Amino acid sequence: MAKQISVFLENKAGRLSNVTRVLGDAQINIRALSIADTSDFGILRIIVSDPVKAYKILKEAGFTVSETQVIAVQIPDSPGGLASVLEHMADENLNIEYLYAFLGTTENDALVIFKVEDIEKAEAAFKKKEIKFLDENQLYRL
Amino acid sequence: MTYWDKEKECISRKLLEDLQLRRLKETVYRVYAFVPAYKEKFDAAGVKPDDINSLEDIRKLPFTIKSDLRNNYPFNLFAVPMSEVVRIHSSSGTTGKPTVVGYTRKDLDTWSELMARALTSAGADRYSVIQNAYGYGLFTGGLGVHYGAEKLGASVIPSSGGNTKRQVMLMQDFGTTVLTCTPSYALFMAEVMEEMGITPADLKLKAGIFGAEPWSEDMRTKIEDSLKIKAFDIYGLSEIIGPGVAIECDAKNGLHIAEDHFLVEIIDPITEEVLPYGTPGELVITTLTKEALPMIRYRTRDLTTLDIVPCECGRTHVRMQKVLGRSDDMVIIRGVNIFPSMVESVLLRIKGVSPYYLLVVDRKGNLDFLEVQVEVSEEIFSDEVRRLEELGALITKELESALGIAVKVRLVEPKSIARSEGKATRVIDKRKI
Ligand SMILES: [Zn+2]
Repeated sequence: MAKQISVFLENKAGRLSNVTRVLGDAQINIRALSIADTSDFGILRIIVSDPVKAYKILKEAGFTVSETQVIAVQIPDSPGGLASVLEHMADENLNIEYLYAFLGTTENDALVIFKVEDIEKAEAAFKKKEIKFLDENQLYRL
Repeated sequence: MTYWDKEKECISRKLLEDLQLRRLKETVYRVYAFVPAYKEKFDAAGVKPDDINSLEDIRKLPFTIKSDLRNNYPFNLFAVPMSEVVRIHSSSGTTGKPTVVGYTRKDLDTWSELMARALTSAGADRYSVIQNAYGYGLFTGGLGVHYGAEKLGASVIPSSGGNTKRQVMLMQDFGTTVLTCTPSYALFMAEVMEEMGITPADLKLKAGIFGAEPWSEDMRTKIEDSLKIKAFDIYGLSEIIGPGVAIECDAKNGLHIAEDHFLVEIIDPITEEVLPYGTPGELVITTLTKEALPMIRYRTRDLTTLDIVPCECGRTHVRMQKVLGRSDDMVIIRGVNIFPSMVESVLLRIKGVSPYYLLVVDRKGNLDFLEVQVEVSEEIFSDEVRRLEELGALITKELESALGIAVKVRLVEPKSIARSEGKATRVIDKRKI
C-alpha cells in the first residue's frame, strides 16, 4: 500500500508548474505523476518522496489536496508483463479505477501505480500469484 | 425579554404614529428650509411642507435616490452648517463618485442608541465581550457598532477586519462572547479556526450579529452550526444612518425597524406605487430624527416585505423580512430574476459544498449565460474524475431546478474566489463591462 497525493487543478495556465514549484522548494521529489483532465479541471496524482510533508505544504499553499491509497506493482520489464498482471486482476474481479507508470525502474522491473476499489483484496490476489508490490518505505526512497 | 429602551421599542402603534407624524412634519419643514436640492424637488412636484398632515401624505413627496447624493457631492444635502457636523463617513465609489454622509452630535447619539438596542435584541449586555470585526474607517460598519457597544457598556474589542488568525486568537484569549462582522467573514473565520485546530468549545462565543450584505437562511444555519452560536441579522445603510436601522429579535422572524426614527414604505420598484404590508417590493426609508443628513423617501434598492403582525418578543415595531437581495445584485438572465442568495441556498444544501461561489454572467451572440463557479473543498474533492463530474452534474441539476434557467457549473480551486473581509463579491456581470 502506498500514499498518493491528489491535487485539484483548474485548467488554467501555470497551475501545474505552481504545484511542482511548491514541492521543489520544499525539497520533495516527484516519483510518479499522472494527470486526469476534463475541459474544466484536472486532477494531478503524484507519488512523492515525503507524502505527509507534501500534503501539508500543498494545503498551506491553498490547493485542495487529498491522500489516496494506491498499490505500486512491480511488472516484469518484458513483453506481456503488464498484460499478465491485468489478466490476473480481471480473473480475481479486481476493479481498477486508474493506473499510471512510475518514473524510473527497480531491479529491471517497471513500476505501475494502481488505484483499485478494494486494496486489501488486490494485495491478497497479488501475493497469491507472487506479483511483487512495494511497501511505502521502499517506494518513497526510490 | 430584555429591551434597551422598552418605552420606545414596545410603544403602542397609536402613540408611535403620532410621534412619527410630528417628526415627519418637522423633518419636511427643515429640509425645505435648509436644503436647496429638496426645495427644488418639492417645488417641482408642487408640494409644500404644509401639505403634510398625515403619514399617508408622505406619498406626495418625491423620492430621493442614490444619484441625488452623488449630484450633491460632497455636502450639499446637509441640513446643518459644517460647524454642527462632527463625523463624516463615505461609501466606496466603485460605480462613480462616492456618497458622503454626515452626523451631528445628536445623530451620533441616536445611532449609538439604535446600535445598543440592536445589540440588546441579540442578547448582548454590559457583561458581553464584543469583538467588532467590521472594517473601521469611512465604512459605517466599524464605528457604528463600536459606539453602540460602548453605549451598551459592553467590553469592545475593535479588531476591525482582516488578519483572521489574530481574530481567532483574540476571540480565544479575550473570551469574546459576541462577534460582529459580515456573514461571509464569519464563515471564513470558522474555516480558519478549523485549520488552526480550534473548536467552538474552546471559545465563549454565544452570538453573532451579521450584516452589510444579504445572506440566506441556509447561510444562517451553516454559521450557527460551524460556530455554535445564535446568528442575528442586522440591517442598515450609510445613507440612512449605518447599521442599526433594523435588527432581528429572538423570534428570528424578520428584523424590527426602529420606527420611532424611520418611516418605512414598500414600493413597486418599476411603477413606484406604494404597496400594502405583506407585498414584496423595494424598501423606502424616510429619516425622522436625522439632523445633518435627513433623507426623504430614500429608495434603498433593497427588496423585502413588511410584516405588521405583533411579534412574540413584545416589540411593536414593524418587521422587515430578511433582505432577499439588493436590486443592484439582482441579475436578469433571459427574463428571470436571479439573486446570489438563491444560489447560496442551493449550494449550502449540498453536503460538503462550500458557500463560496461566484456568478459570472456573459452574453454570447444574443444569448445570456450564467456560469456559477463553485469551490472544490477537501470534503468534496475526489481523485476520480467521474466523482467530481457527478458532483458538478448534481449541483447543475439542483441550481437549474431552483433558478429555472440553464446553468454552467465550473468547479474551481479553493480561495480562487476572493474571501472578502468586507462585502463579498458575488456577481460579475460581463455584459456590463
Ligand atoms: Zn420581535
